[in-house]
Amino acid sequence: MTILVFDGSWYGLLCCIFDVYEYKLDAVSVTGNAYDQADAFSSKREVYTDPEHAARVYKGLAGKLSAKGLGDLYACFLSELPEAPSLVVRYARAVFSDGLTENAFGNADVLKVTQIAKMVSRERHRMKAFIRFQLTADNIYFAEIEPDFNVIPLIAGHFKRRYADQEWIIFDKRRKYGIYYDLQKVEEVQFTFSEGKANPNAFSESEALYQNMWKDYFKHVSIDSRKNTALHLRHVPKRYWKHLIEKQVY
Amino acid sequence: MSERVREKLKILADAAKYDVSCASSGSTRKNTNKGLGDTGSGICHTYTSDGRCVSLLKILLTNFCIYDCAYCVTRKSNDIERTAFTVKEVVDLTINFYRRNYIEGLFLSSGIFKNADYTMERLVRVAKELRQQHKFNGYIHLKTIPGASDELMKEAGLYADRLSVNIEIPTESGLKLLAPDKDRQDMIRPMNYLKNEIIQNKEERKLFRKSPLFVPAGQSSQMIIGATKETDKDIMYTADSMYRNFSLKRVYYSGYVPISNDSRLPMLNTAVPMVRENRLYQADWLMRFYGFNVRELLNPATPHLDLDIDPKLGWALRNLDKFPIDINKADLQLILRVPGIGVQSAQKIVSARIYQRLNWDHLKKLGVALNRAKYFITCSSREFERRNLSATQIKQYILSTSASKYLKSQPAQLELFT
Repeated sequence: MTILVFDGSWYGLLCCIFDVYEYKLDAVSVTGNAYDQADAFSSKREVYTDPEHAARVYKGLAGKLSAKGLGDLYACFLSELPEAPSLVVRYARAVFSDGLTENAFGNADVLKVTQIAKMVSRERHRMKAFIRFQLTADNIYFAEIEPDFNVIPLIAGHFKRRYADQEWIIFDKRRKYGIYYDLQKVEEVQFTFSEGKANPNAFSESEALYQNMWKDYFKHVSIDSRKNTALHLRHVPKRYWKHLIEKQVY
Repeated sequence: MSERVREKLKILADAAKYDVSCASSGSTRKNTNKGLGDTGSGICHTYTSDGRCVSLLKILLTNFCIYDCAYCVTRKSNDIERTAFTVKEVVDLTINFYRRNYIEGLFLSSGIFKNADYTMERLVRVAKELRQQHKFNGYIHLKTIPGASDELMKEAGLYADRLSVNIEIPTESGLKLLAPDKDRQDMIRPMNYLKNEIIQNKEERKLFRKSPLFVPAGQSSQMIIGATKETDKDIMYTADSMYRNFSLKRVYYSGYVPISNDSRLPMLNTAVPMVRENRLYQADWLMRFYGFNVRELLNPATPHLDLDIDPKLGWALRNLDKFPIDINKADLQLILRVPGIGVQSAQKIVSARIYQRLNWDHLKKLGVALNRAKYFITCSSREFERRNLSATQIKQYILSTSASKYLKSQPAQLELFT
C-alpha cells in the first residue's frame, strides 16, 4: 500500500491520478495531510504538483465523463472529507481502466462520489439561499458563512450574475477566506478580524430598518394553525440559524 | 414614515399568506443589462414555522376589497384593519430585500378596489417600475385580476415572469355558494387569453430572438380544498382539465384554514386538511411526472384518495395483475409505477443496469424504498415475494413497517393484537 501525499489542491489531486499511472502504483490511499502517519505495511510518497500533468489528467477525464460527472468529482474534492481524495483516485481508475462512466451506479465508488457530490451540492444550494447580506457604511454588502463544505468556489458565479450592480463580500469564517466582487470581477480575499466589540457604526443607517422589516414579514407570513416544527427544522437546520436575520430576536 | 410601512407590511403580508404559490423557478430572464437580479431554478430563502417555503416577498397591494367571498379574510364584511401600499413602497421593499438576498423576487396580489382594471393597472405599474427604472431582473409573479382588460394583461405579461388567476373553489356550484358575485367564466377567460398569447410569443421568439419575453414562467392557479363538499375526483379532474386546456405550469391546493363562522363553511376550530392536501399534491405529481392519467387514480369507483397510503401505492394495490415487474428489464415508464421508486431512483436504475444486473442491495443503495417496492418487483436475486398476497394483506404489511409522519399517535386498539 502506498500513501500518496499531495498539497491539498485540486491540481495536486489530479497529479496523484497521474502518478498512479506513471509509476504503476497498485493499492494507494491519498491524503492532503502531510502529517498522516504511514503504518508498517505502507510507504509514503510525496506527489509533486505539476499543472501540465494535472491538465492531462483533466483532459482525459473530460473525454470520458459528462460535465456532470466531472462536476461531481470536483464537488467530492471540495467536500474535504478525509476519504474524498482516495475516492476520487479510485473513481478515476474505474473510469480509465474499467471503462465505467458516472452512470455506473452499481460500482460502490461511483455511487459514493455521486452521493458526496449530492451532499456538497445541497450545501451549495443552501448557501445560495441562506446567505444574508448586510449593508456596511462603505456601501458594500457583507455576508458571513460557516458552511459544512468548502462551497465558495461553487457559488461565486451565482452571486456575480445576480448582484452585478452592487459590491459584495462573502466570507467563510470557518476556512478564513472570502470572495469580493468589485463590480467587475470576483477575487479571493483574506482578512483578520480584531477581537472585541463590533463597531456599531459599521453598518449603514437603513440596515436595521430592513432587518426588522424582514423579521416582521417572516413572522406574519406563517400560518399558526398549520404550525409544523419538524418540517421547519428539516428545511432550516439549527446550525444555520446563527447567520439568518429572521431567526434573531428583535 | 418607516413605522407606517412596517405596519402596512404586517397587515398586507398577513392577508397574502393564504396564497400558497411560492415558486420562483422556470423563468429564463437573465441579468444581461448589468442590472440587479437573475432567475434560474428557484431558491427558497427561508421557511415559515409551518414549513412552507419563503421564496418571494408575498404581499397584497391593498386589502380593501369590493367582493364578499366567504372563504377569504379580506372579504368586504370582515371587520379588519384596511390599508394600502403605494407603488413606491412596494418597489423599495422589493429592491432592498432582494439586495440582501432575502428573496427571489415579488409576488404581488391585491384586493379589488373600485374595479378590476383600476386594480390591475396598479399591479402592472409596480412591475413596470421595477423592470424599467431599477433594471430588476428578479422574479415577479403578478396576480391577474379576473375581469381586467386584455391590454392590461398583455402589459402585465411583458413585465411578469408568472401570472396566475386563482380558480378558488374546485366546483362551479361551490363558487356560486361561497362567492355569489364571482363568475367562473371571468377566471377561465384570462387563462385562455394568456395561453394563446404565450403560444404566440413562443412562435415569435423562434423567428426573432430579440422579441420580448412574455410570461416566461407560465401561469399557475390555486384551489381551496375542504371549504365545500367537493370530492378528490372533482378537484383533480378540474386540475387535469386546467393542465390540458390552458397548459398551466402548476395548480396549487390550499387546505382551507377556518377564518369565519359563516354557516356555509367548516366551523372555526376545524383542523386544516393537511393530509388530504398532501395526497392531492402526490396525485398531481403522478399526473405530471410519472405518466399517470387522472382516471387511473380517481374514477367513479374511487372518488377519494386513500388518506393512509400514497396514491401510487393505492393504484398498485388496485392493479396487482400488472406486477411483479423485472427491474432489470422493464421500461422506465413501468418502473416509475412501482410504489417506493421515485423519478430519480427510476432513472438511476435504468442507467446503472447497462453496466450490471441489479440486486436488492443495489436497489437499496440507489434509494429505493424497499419496504414498499419489494412486493411489486423482482431483480437479480433468488429472493422475491413468492406468496400470493392479497391487496389488503400487502397494505397491512406495509402500514405495519412504516410509521406515517401524519399519525401522531397510533390508535390504542392496535396494542391488543401485538
